[in-house]
Amino acid sequence: MGGRNPVTWLGSPAFPKAAHEALADTQLRRNLRKATTTIRTKRAGVVAELDDWERLRRAGEAIKDDVLANLDTYLVRLEEAVTARGGVVHWARDAEEANRIVLDLVRTEGADEVVKVKSMATAEIGLNEALEAGGVHAVETDLAELIVQLGDDRPSHILVPAIHRNRAEIRDVFRRGMAEEPASDEPRDLAEAARRHLRRKFLSAKVAISGANFAVADTGSIVVVESEGNGRMCLTLPETLITVMGIEKLVPSWQDLEVFLQLLPRSSTAERMNPYTSVWSGVTPADGPRKFHLVLLDNGRTATLADQVGRQALRCIRCSACLNVCPVYERTGGQAYGSVYPGPIGAILAPQLAGDLHDEQAASLPYASSLCGACYEVCPVRINIPEVLTHLRAEAVQAKGKRTPEALAMAAAAWVFADPKRYEAAQKAGSLSQLLARDGRIKRLPGPGAKWTDSRDAPAVPKESFRAWWRKNRVQRP
Amino acid sequence: MSSPRVALFATCLTDTLYPETGKAVVSLLERLGCDVDFPLAQTCCGQLHYNTGYQEHARSLARDYATVFDGYDYVVAPSGSCGGMVREIHPGLCGTSPAVERTYELSEFLVDVLGVTDVGAYFPHRVTYHPTCHSLRMLGVGDKPLSLLRAVKGLELVELPQAEQCCGFGGTFALKNAETSTAMLADKMRCVQDTSAQVLSAGDNSCLMHIGGGLSRLRTGVRTVHLAEILASTEEEPWAAATR
Repeated sequence: MGGRNPVTWLGSPAFPKAAHEALADTQLRRNLRKATTTIRTKRAGVVAELDDWERLRRAGEAIKDDVLANLDTYLVRLEEAVTARGGVVHWARDAEEANRIVLDLVRTEGADEVVKVKSMATAEIGLNEALEAGGVHAVETDLAELIVQLGDDRPSHILVPAIHRNRAEIRDVFRRGMAEEPASDEPRDLAEAARRHLRRKFLSAKVAISGANFAVADTGSIVVVESEGNGRMCLTLPETLITVMGIEKLVPSWQDLEVFLQLLPRSSTAERMNPYTSVWSGVTPADGPRKFHLVLLDNGRTATLADQVGRQALRCIRCSACLNVCPVYERTGGQAYGSVYPGPIGAILAPQLAGDLHDEQAASLPYASSLCGACYEVCPVRINIPEVLTHLRAEAVQAKGKRTPEALAMAAAAWVFADPKRYEAAQKAGSLSQLLARDGRIKRLPGPGAKWTDSRDAPAVPKESFRAWWRKNRVQRP
Repeated sequence: MSSPRVALFATCLTDTLYPETGKAVVSLLERLGCDVDFPLAQTCCGQLHYNTGYQEHARSLARDYATVFDGYDYVVAPSGSCGGMVREIHPGLCGTSPAVERTYELSEFLVDVLGVTDVGAYFPHRVTYHPTCHSLRMLGVGDKPLSLLRAVKGLELVELPQAEQCCGFGGTFALKNAETSTAMLADKMRCVQDTSAQVLSAGDNSCLMHIGGGLSRLRTGVRTVHLAEILASTEEEPWAAATR
């Protein structure tokens, strides 16, 4: 153990400050609005096609809850099945342990370069950086991940990590990072440049590293879904395949996949069916990799599982539907969340995996929401994100203690609300705000209220509250 | 049938800042034959505390709510947000109670309990409607407010583009993440102005305070009027613009 959990990026500012930067980025704002509006309209369309969508969501929720409640049983079953089919299973408590296991495996194969399928789990543990430090270069082969990697950038979306980039920027990134530069910034030319660049990597790599969308406990089968086919190249061409998977990615049986392979594509890319679905079970002689290693990663998941309210975040299948409907995400983009998991799901998952709400950045994430509930409405596994957000806010408040200005103000407000007489006296005192008002409106409030009046007028407290009116007009005196 | 005994849960925001809305609910419900009371022991549902992370304070206010509103046939709130807090969150804080189970948001009470959509209102203005997040997603009031507005004589209802997007209020979110909140507000105001409506209505004074605060800062001239005030307005006693 020891060391910082890299799920949140070192040095990232708290959300409000990061959002301040992002809100001023006009290219980002434009890209995000266009992309999220398009994808959420398409998603609504394909979801509406299924008359059993709500039942599918409930089935997805139930399967995942069963997995979480019986994780110990299913994980052992998975290990047995993978081992029986010629794979090797490794257990990693945290990022450091997982990175060490992977680096040792790569070194054993004598490789100094590996190809990678897009994977949230390996981004979560900072695997690329750890490999680099150990003298191994990891090549991202998902097109958007490649753009992020060559641009020395950070991802801003779970599914479309380079959503913040336009094509002119992508051409510049490719010019600097590829042997052959793209002919133009036309999407076709950009794709062609990436194809040539990656093809050489696929054919020369001895080791590939992937994540997993699902793992079937009964059969030891691992499932990766992707859109480009680059993932399948990684999964089939190299001699050795190493898969890093969060322990919550399990489903009990093959049959359960039916539910998730409907929920996931419709929720994420708004497709009826996923373009490339790769499934493998251990190793198969003369077909695909000859060696298969599965690294099962905890990294804060067991601790998250212990939280009765927060554990539902572990149902997540990384579809990113919640990002695409979130009004906060749409304006700030993903990097403002300072973690590989952005948006509403990131706001509840990252602080839990990091496990430290004393950290200012992690503690700011549960507040990065207006609690509008759009995320919960679309979540394919019914994670009640607003519920977890308020739960984590309570933990953040506990971590800060009772002496902060906010805690004192909240205690004072509670004291006032606890007694109607005090409350009425406060209303009367509040009506002094009329002194600040013109036409009943206040243009500038003192103290923390200035955060409101910087962009909105505030109403003055009227001289007569509703209860004062009621008392005067409706309460019958004997 | 004797008239139902209805307790008005005004909410602390309306009680303190928007008394006209409270008066409108009283006049509307009495016009529809209800026996309305306002229990003076009421204060706040605890949402401010709950949503900011102060659950113990919220729990204590939730307990008070169950006591104060016990014994009525119905409790009616002119707010989807506070109604949602009571119905969806209070049971988790301190168990359910008759008061919680009999709590309705205004449009729900009118359409589901009283069974009316035409409440005999008159409001000769061009109006657009913002369906507030908690009405929509916590309580699921659906198009009940719109069906009430469609039946109002003289009212021209115009559809609000991207109506279901949050206005950016979110309680203390508006202060803690003021800039993001303002970016959301700016887009909401653009949609409101695109309708050329004279009046923006909603079922929550909190959201109206936020959008209205922005609309007034920019001198758009668009007024914000709570749904209850539109429904209370009649040809005999038409709504009179109070400053908001």
